[in-house]
Amino acid sequence: MAIDSADLAARVAAAVPSSEPEGFATPGEGAIEVLAGAVPDVLRFLRDDPELSMRLFLDVTAVDYEESRGQLELIYVLRSPTSGERVLVKTRLDAADPRTASVSDVFAGANWAEREVYDMFGVHFEGHPNLRRILLYEEFEGHPLRKSYPYQKRQPLVPERDPIADPWPKKH
Amino acid sequence: MSDDKDRGSAQLRKAQATAADPLSEIMELQMGPSHPACHGTIKFNLRLDGENIIACDTEVGYLHRGFEKMCEQGTWTQAIPYTDRLNYASPLINNFIFCEAVERLCGITVPERASYLRVLLSECARISDHLTCLGMGATELGAFTVGFYMNEARELLYNMSSRVTGARVTVSYGRVGGLVRDVPDDFEDMIRAALKRTNEVLRDSEKLLERNRIFTDRMVGIGTMSQEQALSFGLTGPLLRATGIPYDLRKVAPYMVYDRMDFEVPVGTKGDNFDRFSVRFEETKQSIRIVEQCLAQLPGGPVIADDPTYVLPPKKDVYTTIEGLMNHFKIIIEGIRVPAGEIYFAGEAANGELGFYLVSDGSGRPYRVRVRPPCFYGMSALETMVKGFMIPDLAAIFGMINMIGGECDR
Repeated sequence: MAIDSADLAARVAAAVPSSEPEGFATPGEGAIEVLAGAVPDVLRFLRDDPELSMRLFLDVTAVDYEESRGQLELIYVLRSPTSGERVLVKTRLDAADPRTASVSDVFAGANWAEREVYDMFGVHFEGHPNLRRILLYEEFEGHPLRKSYPYQKRQPLVPERDPIADPWPKKH
Repeated sequence: MSDDKDRGSAQLRKAQATAADPLSEIMELQMGPSHPACHGTIKFNLRLDGENIIACDTEVGYLHRGFEKMCEQGTWTQAIPYTDRLNYASPLINNFIFCEAVERLCGITVPERASYLRVLLSECARISDHLTCLGMGATELGAFTVGFYMNEARELLYNMSSRVTGARVTVSYGRVGGLVRDVPDDFEDMIRAALKRTNEVLRDSEKLLERNRIFTDRMVGIGTMSQEQALSFGLTGPLLRATGIPYDLRKVAPYMVYDRMDFEVPVGTKGDNFDRFSVRFEETKQSIRIVEQCLAQLPGGPVIADDPTYVLPPKKDVYTTIEGLMNHFKIIIEGIRVPAGEIYFAGEAANGELGFYLVSDGSGRPYRVRVRPPCFYGMSALETMVKGFMIPDLAAIFGMINMIGGECDR
């Protein structure tokens, strides 16, 4: 039932040769890896191709592989509302300066999804209309889902007070 | 009377003529994060022309707990309780979809009884989620009675959940490989009683709302979305089906034992608030059908897979045999070793497509757990939905998105 990854890669290669797609295996769906610069064109092709018709935008997310190979992976998930088939599009970015083109003009839902990836991983989406933090607050420093961000790091906006050692002064 | 009216409009004209008139300016209003209609915590930065909304900047994140970062710190099993806290109106569904995703990564087959119970309890959770959304949505429009009726039926389902799992909301009932324990003997009676009351409540609510002028005036034609817009924004679940697209993962990509169930996927026609309400309403009836089929077909047998690599041994073995004790110790301390790989698995939660993108590096801890929350994308479409409507419509539209803070902000 799932789309064959190799077949999908061949179709994308014919439509967007600059993306250099390569199929890879995941359970249950067609998956390709493409060059970062070609992602908007690839997504546009997947959306507009009458046979694939991947018109339902599902998700954009990232995985941090900085320690092992100095890269971030971006994963785009699309689905066809008619056939129910799903496609993963993966691309790799340099972890030191992750930036890529925004797809918020291809899918409206990518607007918030890319803001979240920026918030959590620090990926700069060029051409995004409103790239600012979404779940965290503006004053937050760093990008917490990067593996280099310490799990227990605290960033209080006002100085923290130990209520046992330093209780509120008693009035009477 | 007519004097008053004339005087009023004369005053209005006079006021409009002066430059200092507040009505002639665009007003900026911050609504929330602790406004009563902002259940969950959310803030709307509105730009208003009179009472009409011309722009709405939605701020989410007030309930951000770092779910995805927390999941990376513990074992795979330790992530299950966190999933309860995503959509706390239907925690069982989150539980089971997460377990299902991990099982597919491991390649475990769940026993048939566990699959049936998962479907059964998922549908009960869906009913209670829809009752929450519908009841609250109606209450926000002034129909308090409907809200209380629905709360009553929901309470019976929560009691059932409490009896089966030991908790009303924080259930943690799923395990990788099946369920933590079998259901109690009086389970079927409790469900039947809850469904009977739910049926009555739905019938009464329908009578109260269907031809209620106040209700329909505030729902029909409000917050309309086209099919193309909905697809582009990534709307799923009742929001997408209200536009007329029969997209339900239980039908298009069946998982668990949904392919053996006979049910229909209700769709709307216009994609407005009323359609969203009606789709949820009809879905509740379909869920009752599924629960009844599950009860009729429920097979016997174990509720968790017999696979010592991933599943804890029975307590009797842990206390009496050294192998059982060692196995228990290894799984608890090191966690189950999920084979290296990645998977995107999604199921139909009450609000839409709840997806988990999991990456395992072969150690006992998840390398990455990504949740695709359905209502996060619903919220991103809110501005498009409310633009051109009025402030009172915002409460109605927001209510029908059914934003759940725990899931949206994670």
